[in-house]
Amino acid sequence: MKILVPVKRVIDYNVKVRVKGDGSGVDLANVKMSMNPFDEIAVEQAIRMKEAGDAEEVVVVSIGVKQSQETLRTALAMGADRAILITAADDVHTDIEPLAVAKLLKAVVDEEQPGMVLCGKQAIDNDMNATGQMLAALLGWSQATFASEIKVDGDHALVKREVDGGMQSIKVKMPAVVSVDLRLNEPRYASLPNIMKAKKKPLDEKTADDYGVDVSPRLEIVKTSEPPERKAGIIVESVDQLVDKLKNEAGVI
Amino acid sequence: MTVLLLGEVDNGTLNMDATAKAVAACKPLGDIHVLCCGAEAADAGKEAATIDGVAKVLVAEDAIYGHRLAEPTAALMVSLAGDYDHVVAPATTDAKNILPRVAALLDVMVITDVSGVVDADTFERPIYAGNAIQTVKSKDAKKVVSIRTSSFDAAGTGNSAEVSDVATGDAPGLSEWVEDHVAESDRPDLTSAGIVVSGGRGVGSEEDFAMIEKLADKLGAAVGASRAAVDSGYAPNDWQVGQTGKVVAPDLYVAVGISGAIQHLAGMKDSKIIVAINKDEEAPIFQVADYGLVADLFEAVPELESKL
Ligand SMILES: Cc1cc2nc3c(=O)[nH]c(=O)nc-3n(C[C@H](O)[C@H](O)[C@H](O)COP(=O)(O)OP(=O)(O)OC[C@H]3O[C@@H](n4cnc5c(N)ncnc54)[C@H](O)[C@@H]3O)c2cc1C
Repeated sequence: MKILVPVKRVIDYNVKVRVKGDGSGVDLANVKMSMNPFDEIAVEQAIRMKEAGDAEEVVVVSIGVKQSQETLRTALAMGADRAILITAADDVHTDIEPLAVAKLLKAVVDEEQPGMVLCGKQAIDNDMNATGQMLAALLGWSQATFASEIKVDGDHALVKREVDGGMQSIKVKMPAVVSVDLRLNEPRYASLPNIMKAKKKPLDEKTADDYGVDVSPRLEIVKTSEPPERKAGIIVESVDQLVDKLKNEAGVI
Repeated sequence: MTVLLLGEVDNGTLNMDATAKAVAACKPLGDIHVLCCGAEAADAGKEAATIDGVAKVLVAEDAIYGHRLAEPTAALMVSLAGDYDHVVAPATTDAKNILPRVAALLDVMVITDVSGVVDADTFERPIYAGNAIQTVKSKDAKKVVSIRTSSFDAAGTGNSAEVSDVATGDAPGLSEWVEDHVAESDRPDLTSAGIVVSGGRGVGSEEDFAMIEKLADKLGAAVGASRAAVDSGYAPNDWQVGQTGKVVAPDLYVAVGISGAIQHLAGMKDSKIIVAINKDEEAPIFQVADYGLVADLFEAVPELESKL
């Protein structure tokens, strides 16, 4: 089985984002960018499945600006076998919407015929939590979102999902789209030799036009603003003072 | 204009809080029809009919909708969507699973986790873990929208809307439910509780997390946790508060042994009053806390519990 893993280049999760003064968006020029943390977990899972003999090949694909190549190299250094870069934007501030991403991924799936698509449950920039589900819909495939355990069993996969009430186990027919949650695994760091090796692994360069997919947005961004600011309150000296404040000042207990 | 709203039905029971908050969010959008589906959904439908602002309730009761698997539920919603301008659901894990599938089948870009409804086409939603609020205007003919329930007050009850059955579909045969692993609890639900007490990595162990639960019980509160506490096995996954866990906005949020990473703040910074107990006076949580107590939690928490 071949596993396809879509990976997104996003602002590093440690960076404090800055909203641009003119309300046009978030400043992404000269900030540290990394692989979306959930996608790292998906890459790790695919590699582990290959190591366990459940998969033969791991193909990673990224859709966005040319610089996403670095993200793909990271995935190759972790252990993916080859990569596909689909350039769909010139400006680092352009975010390709999940619907368009899903359409491009569908085109890649049609070509590559993977047995499973493993993706992150959400990207930490637009926090949309949509691409995997949309791709499953376009393919007419089964979907298992928010996975914290995946077991492949012949033509099915058993997936444990993190849901509001706790956990849910479902059995999905393959091929399937599985979106991964935080506790599925801990991604490995790429070793220096593997980083060197990754430079020689195949990376195919395409554009959205090659697949005939229109990536123009359906959502017009009217404005981007700072959230209402919360001011720090006071430091209390003792538990007694805390209880007093909660009772008599805030009135919440 | 009419809205099709997916009611939150969990094993035959309506989640009133989530559904009534989503109804309130949809008020400016037009008449609201609530769809209740499940292996059992008739009782949930009756409940939904009592929510103020609901014009009609549609019930789809069939074993194929049991556990609300995404594939059959999305197919049902798509079969009904023709008559509606908006397809909406509260942003629970079920809806997060189902709605993007519905949107893609309708060739619409989904708008998730909406925290403000500006007009029929325009919505506000938090991005970058709530560090920015984006206002987006949809160019799609139909809008598929999920609602961040913590941003809205629940609609009242007392209504008696008309309830009717709708035709159910065929099972797509793509996925099967196997089992739920759900811990029953008498505590209030995390997303609707008036008070939440959360513990972080500082609590140190699953055994000591009982201290957090004891404090919560004294306050009649729900229990939450940071990702680090869940990852370390101190608390179950469904207690996680944050960017990728639950979003809460109680009257009182007590953060114990939590540093205040942006991903955690994303889930609780809209709480009315925030209390932080942390031994590190530099911890970022103090920057959003109304009342901060710099103390060792192993002393402060039992003392607080005893003085309430
Ligand atoms: C993609 C992604 C998504 C994430 N999503 C979430 C999310 O949804 N929710 C979430 O919470 N996190 C999330 N995180 C993790 C987040 O970045 C932080 O790592 C996490 O919130 C830290 O948890 P913590 O505050 O409990 O632990 P720490 O940061 O380790 O803080 C522990 C705190 O306890 C204090 N402490 C220790 N001992 C004591 C004591 N005896 N008395 C008093 N205080 C004490 C310390 O001073 C410290 O401030 C996410 C991260 C990523 C990358």
